[in-house]
Amino acid sequence: MNVVTLNQIGKTYHLDAVDVPALVDIDLEIRPNCFTVISGPSGSGKTTLLNLIGCIDQPSRGEVIVAGEAVQKLSDDALSDFRASHIGFIFQNFNLLPVLTVEENVEYPLLLARVPAAERRRRVEDLLEAVGIADKARNFPGQLSGGERQRVAIARALAPSPKLVLADEPTANLDSHTGAAIISLMREMQREHQVSFVFSSHDPKVLAEADDAVMIRDGRIEKIERRETQAEAAP
Amino acid sequence: MRTLSLALRNLLRNRRRSLTTLLAMVIGAVTILVFGGYSRNITLSLQTSYVMRGGHLQIQRKDYFLFGSGNPAAYGIADYQRVIDVVAHDPVLAPMLSVVTPTISLGGIAGNFAAGVSRTIIGAGLVVADRNRMRRWNEYDLPINLPPSALTGTAEDAVVIGNGVARVLELCQPLAVANCPQHTKAEVAAGASAPADVTALAALEARPAASPGEARIELLAANVHGAPNVASLRAVKAERQGFKEFDDMFIGMHLAQAQRLLYGSEKPQATAVVLQLAHTGQIPAAKARLAELLATTLKGEPLEVQDFEALNPFYGQAVGMFAAIFGFMAVLIGAIVLFTVGNTMSMAVIERTAEIGTLRAMGLRRSGIRRLFMSEALLLGLIGAAAGVAATLCVAWLVNHAGLTWLPPGQVDPVPLTVRVWGETSMMLGTAAGLALVAVVSAWWPARRAARMLIVDALRHV
Repeated sequence: MNVVTLNQIGKTYHLDAVDVPALVDIDLEIRPNCFTVISGPSGSGKTTLLNLIGCIDQPSRGEVIVAGEAVQKLSDDALSDFRASHIGFIFQNFNLLPVLTVEENVEYPLLLARVPAAERRRRVEDLLEAVGIADKARNFPGQLSGGERQRVAIARALAPSPKLVLADEPTANLDSHTGAAIISLMREMQREHQVSFVFSSHDPKVLAEADDAVMIRDGRIEKIERRETQAEAAP
Repeated sequence: MRTLSLALRNLLRNRRRSLTTLLAMVIGAVTILVFGGYSRNITLSLQTSYVMRGGHLQIQRKDYFLFGSGNPAAYGIADYQRVIDVVAHDPVLAPMLSVVTPTISLGGIAGNFAAGVSRTIIGAGLVVADRNRMRRWNEYDLPINLPPSALTGTAEDAVVIGNGVARVLELCQPLAVANCPQHTKAEVAAGASAPADVTALAALEARPAASPGEARIELLAANVHGAPNVASLRAVKAERQGFKEFDDMFIGMHLAQAQRLLYGSEKPQATAVVLQLAHTGQIPAAKARLAELLATTLKGEPLEVQDFEALNPFYGQAVGMFAAIFGFMAVLIGAIVLFTVGNTMSMAVIERTAEIGTLRAMGLRRSGIRRLFMSEALLLGLIGAAAGVAATLCVAWLVNHAGLTWLPPGQVDPVPLTVRVWGETSMMLGTAAGLALVAVVSAWWPARRAARMLIVDALRHV
């Protein structure tokens, strides 16, 4: 079963008296346990599409199904709970909570998912070890470099064992060397945790790592490359 | 990492702003509580003063309170000693009682006929030993020490008069009254210094010869039959009374002397039986028991009970006035705290918009966001209230040890200016809880706004 299915999705923003279509007739399926990259020029609708997949925005038209759930039918609270247990987020600006230590940041989504304390501790330790930042567990985000912060963000996104991790331009604020290391780490984590990663990125290195690549332009899907199967499908 | 822990860390994140907000709350709490302690001290001082002088309750003949002050002889309690005995030996009342004593209020004309001056007076007949015990009542440990009555150990014809009476009757010199202006006499009608009939009445009294420097007055009062009666009395001391009107009219005397003036050789009566209780809080229970006794054991005479608040309306007015000022200040400071904390929380919401978006994206419900900001405000409120209470105790200690004095309304001598906050648990807790509540309420709108943000808009916020 696909982890995400988008049927005839449209998203229109109303700016004053003008309707601006951000996404038009999007049909997309995100395969499970794949590294999917959404690519396209600025303003093409990558972030909007990612927001809809991440259930943090509502489409104007169409149907969004994530992990088998038609998310538009869920109440706000149910949608919050759904995100807490099924979706992890990695942000361009890391968006770590500055008042929490590294381990507390990773633990926070587990609290939201009501994971028992012993299990929380175990998962936090494992994840910090896996992303190579266990020695900074007691540090605050302000004491870390950009690359380290993004490692924490990856651990945090994976903490509740989600089915889907979304990353909006995760390497945009990192230098190329660190960015490559982060992509490599995410790829490793994706394989290890058997989770679907969906990125928005212009970065050719990210595109090169992708199992599936979705090209988007002017709010429409231009092309989808299924590289693992070497399948190329028109939208 | 519960909500309160996160809230506390968020408060510490912007220490300067949190401290400024806390400072506003502390100043507000100190202002409210110091004024509350000051007004509490005044009301307790007034209460103590009234209870020392007039007891908590008075049993009077029915309607004496309304109609009897002008004709006390007609509203006496005939068998007052039995009333005292019943009350003093009642198993319910006895444990509450501090003093039970009869008293007489009377009106009349006092004259210093030798000087050719007179004036109307209000007299009080007292059992001096009982009154001295009443003067020691001090439930609240206030720095009030009334000395024993000047009538203590004096002969039955001794009286204490108000400074104003001494002034008008030109007795300041023999009574050594300080700051007593001398009267510049206008031309007075020639003739005897007192009417002949009054002089004759006074002569009937076994009047001791006035020794040099002795202050004697003649007191004319209507007896129980409406006939004039005169007593020749020896003023032993002039004491300033709290209110000028009272100071100009007061004469205190032994109960027996007052009874003889009003009732002559007939069976003496009293216009009231004064009850001083151990604690003011016992008034309702004592009144209830007295009502039972008046309806059963003491139903032979039409009696009623008045408490000190009814007898001294100024007390209720003063308490009401201070309560109104306290309430006004509390509302004003509450409003300041409301806007201060509200502003702090609004700024926090704006600054942490992206963080709010992140938390929501991770799955924190709207109620969780609301709870987070409300918790921050609650913590601010609780810390501010606790610091305010602590600061109030310090300020109160400083004031109470600064040796300041003031003259409360209706009092004779200056009393120490004190702020009564220690032990006033309900006031302290009430103010602290009120401030914490105001802080939480003030965060409600910013918290609601934060909770209702669109996640994508919040995440885009820079």
